[in-house]
Amino acid sequence: MNKRILMKGNEVIAEAAIRAGCRYYFGYPITPQTEIMHYMALTMNKAGGTFLQAESEVAAINMVYGASAAGGRAMTSSSSPGISLKQEGFSYIAGAELPAVVVNIVRAGPGLGGILPAQGDYFQATKGGGHGDYRNIVIAPASIQELYEMTVEAFNLADEYRMLVMILGDGTLGQMMEPVLFREEEPIVESTKEWALTGNKGRVHNSIQSIYINPDDLEAKNNELQAKYRAIEEKETRFEAMETDDAEVVIVAFGTCSRICRNVIRQAREQGVKVGMIRPITLWPYPSEVISELAKDSSVKAFLDVELNAGQMIEDVKLAVNGVKPVYFHGRTGGNLPSQKEILDLIMNIHKEVNQ
Amino acid sequence: MAIVFEKTKGLTDKPFHYCPGCTHGIIHRIIAEVMCEQDILENTIGVSSVGCTYNNYEYFACDMAQAAHGRAPAVATGIKRVHPDHTVFTYQGDGDLASIGTAEIVHAAARGENISVFFVNNAVYGMTSGQMAPTTLLGQVTTTSPFGRDSGLQGYPINVSEMLATLTGAVYIERVMITDFKNIQAAKRAVAKAFRVQKQGLGFSMVEFLSTCPTNWGKSPVESIDWLKENMVPQYPLGVFKGKDLEV
Ligand SMILES: Cc1ncc(C[n+]2csc(CCOP(=O)(O)OP(=O)(O)O)c2C)c(N)n1
Ligand code: SF4
Ligand SMILES: [Mg+2]
Repeated sequence: MNKRILMKGNEVIAEAAIRAGCRYYFGYPITPQTEIMHYMALTMNKAGGTFLQAESEVAAINMVYGASAAGGRAMTSSSSPGISLKQEGFSYIAGAELPAVVVNIVRAGPGLGGILPAQGDYFQATKGGGHGDYRNIVIAPASIQELYEMTVEAFNLADEYRMLVMILGDGTLGQMMEPVLFREEEPIVESTKEWALTGNKGRVHNSIQSIYINPDDLEAKNNELQAKYRAIEEKETRFEAMETDDAEVVIVAFGTCSRICRNVIRQAREQGVKVGMIRPITLWPYPSEVISELAKDSSVKAFLDVELNAGQMIEDVKLAVNGVKPVYFHGRTGGNLPSQKEILDLIMNIHKEVNQ
Repeated sequence: MAIVFEKTKGLTDKPFHYCPGCTHGIIHRIIAEVMCEQDILENTIGVSSVGCTYNNYEYFACDMAQAAHGRAPAVATGIKRVHPDHTVFTYQGDGDLASIGTAEIVHAAARGENISVFFVNNAVYGMTSGQMAPTTLLGQVTTTSPFGRDSGLQGYPINVSEMLATLTGAVYIERVMITDFKNIQAAKRAVAKAFRVQKQGLGFSMVEFLSTCPTNWGKSPVESIDWLKENMVPQYPLGVFKGKDLEV
């Protein structure tokens, strides 16, 4: 039965969510993620769930808050300007410890920017965005198959940790078509959700809130959250290492950008320069440890961070490298993608420079 | 001995933190009493908003969510979609509902979202110490309209009930005042009607309560009641703005 189907990234996200048991979708139209909404509009109600076009991204994320508080598997999706509007809701979801899945199909900014792919929301996604000390799990798929599998997983992670999980894609991933192989059955982990608002029959009333007026209570809550985040860093950090065993130059890139870089590894090696790559799959928690270890490796001469922005993840790369090796950067903005040649030429120059 | 008055089971034992003479507490009590009288306490989910009543999730004995400022109707929408057979209500102040949350309330009403909204109009931002609200009367002195609200500078009060009544999705809208026994009983009947409208799946219902804020009005509780009747009622007339003939 298992056969590959050619599908658009955005549609795969929607299909994956429904397969994962998501029954509540709230969204507001924005390019380049609108196909998620279109697909949801066509299929969600048939699946016995709710598709609702909200009046704004602000309302959509608060509807997610309500649906999740009530025990439902809920999600929203948007693109950069819309995600900015949702930040207040993210902070409340973190404070109230509610599961939620949010998809950001990033477009070029700042401001209204453009509708072409970018990775300029890395800071916003991984360093907060909303107010207060909180984290979201941020997953960066690099193929349509991964979009599918990681969207399903996002719902399990959200329930397990009672927190927001973001799928951070970009316009390329959302818009391109690739074959995808769906499983017959999804690995859905059901959780009991005793905390959910279901009516107080036979129990003391439940409440979902994020306010602690007493400073000691609020500090205790913060400590609890931080302990949860430390456990996630231990257990859920994911990355892919490509040809790093003997690499002299290690590329660090995620998502669409990592796919361009992947081809460069082979081209550089054909020209005698040993290149490898670390592709962070979770952007938070960040795979710092593997980068730190590589930095200490004597065969590694330099790192090259490549992003579709003006240099955001590079701060995490530099923190992990900790000054032990040079870290170079190449980025494109505005919705432009770097060419393989551009990256290859840079690697050749870096190789020359570090071997002088 | 016969019990003539008893605290409703719709409220928890947690003491209210409201100022003396504030009518928020009375509104809580009548909502709680109606939940018990209609036997829906176990099937009701409420949404607290941001204002003096931010923590009334501790006071109502039903399940409760606390929402960000102005977002309660969106949160209630999410809850209602998961539990369409439960009664879902929001409790919102005039800053919350008529200023920062205008988009959420208008669209919840326009969708005919089958929820009940309890809207407490005290003509100021109570919690943040008496700033001008969208409902502040012309000439009214507040901490951010210290020379009195001037229409040239600060525009005009918003009559939310009248405005929402123009929407097809809104099926029952009534304005009441919390001033004396007779009016409190009328307010309670309005709450009961709102819940029945919801139970029957008819659509969006809202009760607007004219309420006092003695602390920020700088008046005694008794003066506050008089001020409300003399000043708020002319701007915000009582009555049913939608669903007068609704038999529920
Ligand atoms: C986003 C946001 N902005 C501002 C505030 C500060 N704030 C708390 S309560 C409040 C006003 C509430 O007034 P109202 O809704 O009229 O309720 P009342 O206290 O009068 O019952 C404001 C502005 C906040 N908590 N969140
Ligand atoms: S500040 Fe005003 S609205 Fe708030 S509790 Fe006191 S009297 Fe009531
Ligand atoms: Mg007020």
